[in-house]
Amino acid sequence: MEQALVDITLILDSTVRLAVPLILACLAGLYSERAGIVDIGLEGKLLAGAFAAAAMSAVTGSAWLGLLAGIGAALLFSGIHGLASINFKGNQTISGVALNFLAAGLTTFLGQSWFHRGGYTPQLSGDQRFNPITLPFANELREVPILGQIYWELISGHNIITYVAFIAVPVTAWVLFRTRFGLRLRAVGENPKAIDTAGISVTLLRYQALIITAVLVGIGGAYLSIAQSAGFNNNMSAGRGYIALAALIFAKWRPGPALLVCLMFGFLDAFQFRIQGQSFPLIGEVPVQAIQALPYILTVILLAGFIGRAVAPKASGIPYTKER
Amino acid sequence: MTALPRWADVILLPVLNVVLAFLVGGLIVLAVGQNPIEAVGIMLYGAFGYGSGFGYTLYYTTDFIFAGLAVSLAYHAGLFNIGPEGQAYVGGLGVILIGLALNGTHWAIVFPLMIVCGALFGAAWAFIPGYLQAKRGSHVVITTILFNFIAASMMGYIISRILKPAGVNSDESAPLEAITRVPQLRSFIELFRNSPVNLTFFLAIAALIFVYWLIWRTKFGYAVRALGNNPVAANYAGISNQKMIMIVMALAGAFAAMVAVNNVGGVQGRLILNFVNGAGFVGIAVAFMGRGHPVGVGLSALLFGILYQGGQELAFQMPGITREMIVTIQALVILFTGAMGDMLRGPLGRIFTQPDPVAGGK
Repeated sequence: MEQALVDITLILDSTVRLAVPLILACLAGLYSERAGIVDIGLEGKLLAGAFAAAAMSAVTGSAWLGLLAGIGAALLFSGIHGLASINFKGNQTISGVALNFLAAGLTTFLGQSWFHRGGYTPQLSGDQRFNPITLPFANELREVPILGQIYWELISGHNIITYVAFIAVPVTAWVLFRTRFGLRLRAVGENPKAIDTAGISVTLLRYQALIITAVLVGIGGAYLSIAQSAGFNNNMSAGRGYIALAALIFAKWRPGPALLVCLMFGFLDAFQFRIQGQSFPLIGEVPVQAIQALPYILTVILLAGFIGRAVAPKASGIPYTKER
Repeated sequence: MTALPRWADVILLPVLNVVLAFLVGGLIVLAVGQNPIEAVGIMLYGAFGYGSGFGYTLYYTTDFIFAGLAVSLAYHAGLFNIGPEGQAYVGGLGVILIGLALNGTHWAIVFPLMIVCGALFGAAWAFIPGYLQAKRGSHVVITTILFNFIAASMMGYIISRILKPAGVNSDESAPLEAITRVPQLRSFIELFRNSPVNLTFFLAIAALIFVYWLIWRTKFGYAVRALGNNPVAANYAGISNQKMIMIVMALAGAFAAMVAVNNVGGVQGRLILNFVNGAGFVGIAVAFMGRGHPVGVGLSALLFGILYQGGQELAFQMPGITREMIVTIQALVILFTGAMGDMLRGPLGRIFTQPDPVAGGK
């Protein structure tokens, strides 16, 4: 019984760790897609953010500067995305795909040119990373059965970005549904003409959304390289941007459900590590690949409308042209 | 949209966009302190300078033609197929299954069967997103991305748990016998020494011609283009959009699967993990750069063949540049020819509509 509790706490703890980049990327995507800009490029922004953060942190020795660089890289990518899809009214999907390749190519190329370690950045330690924070009384309460243990293992002992990610969820919900900016953001994703008629700039709103997207996904990228790991390695986002996109669809573009779906996908990931090579009664050994594919399969089933219906914001993917 | 003279629209604009992509790429190379001109020279030497290098260039070109056609074909119908990577991977299963079933049989019999069987597997894999788009309204962009991941997991399982023979350490299927493999051109042409270019290359050329005929010379092609240009009008003209979407996606998957014939049947002779290795994604850049036209697709596939083979050479000769620079170029090509393809249309239009000084203008 005692062991089962420890097991569950540990698996939930790694669920949280694995869910953080998903939550940040998913919320990031939520802002831009709610504003009518499809963001296939989340994966690339995540990767670019991770690389910039690790590179900056390795050079300057400061995790905070690394974080800023991560956000900066994501902003640059969002800028290109905005230029292509807002100003030049290009195809947002194509531009997102281009960004993903751009990040994959540039991070390895620049990493090799700058650090000569086969695309890896130098190992980071100490202040170059965001280290675990021990919440007040965590050590004292550690001996308290169950609740104390959960507090010590699951709630305390994460790095600052983890807490930021969880706080970002209610903040996003509040911004989106309780502020004037949120109302406009949702409107521009559903009916940009109405926004334009009301005398509000569609272009400005969409750029604002892209900026918020970049900040969040940049933090997510920094989490990967300077919080969760101690340095950047090739393609370290490993499809998380796409999973976040899937989670966004699964959550039907709402912040609360987005958190739950990301935690679920994070749990699947943690669970898959845990059960590798283990045999279960009745079903035998579950192939790792089956669990790896599960988030994608679930999203396909959802998209196909077999479990509820996911309807994207109406104007998403369509560049807005003001009538002359 | 400003109207341009036809030649400017068809040739000048795409060429300018590609030049722009390469200029930016050159600037990036310059920014890390390397000489882009020297890099281009080394690449061209690597791609054409000696027999086996040229053979490799053609081998990569073969892959990229098929992947490019898989993307362009769907794009003509207004569908953005991001899934050739997964479709080629699953196609590999069809190729290896028929190959292993007839292992030891002469390639002249097995080669056509590999094409058919691979095509069927690739088509089936692409049909599902097509079906979901047509009947359930799930967006094909998202589903094909998801299907790439599902294919990777599924094939990983199949290769490592089912096809892997006992006693083999690496994750791969049993090998095909030499006589069953698609013959490589070096066995007829001395020039291609150690390169893997094989008969599938001619299949790729045939595919280009076939697609031209299909899209511009048949009723089916007309229906595809009608659907791509205006689905409502296509429907009104009596074309079943749903049926077309499913057929076109399946066909695209079949083309993508030919990458597997080239690779599994012609080079590896076995199914290895992740053999597609990004070729499917290159197809996206090839399709946009080639504007979906077989001539354009062929030329852009060759260009990327040069980049990939030349990039290999580059990595040997200039240690400061890795092969990933090619992925960056690929991204810039997609960005400038695909996403921002109309960026120069405005300025160009202004140049072409300038008042004629002799006639005194308007």
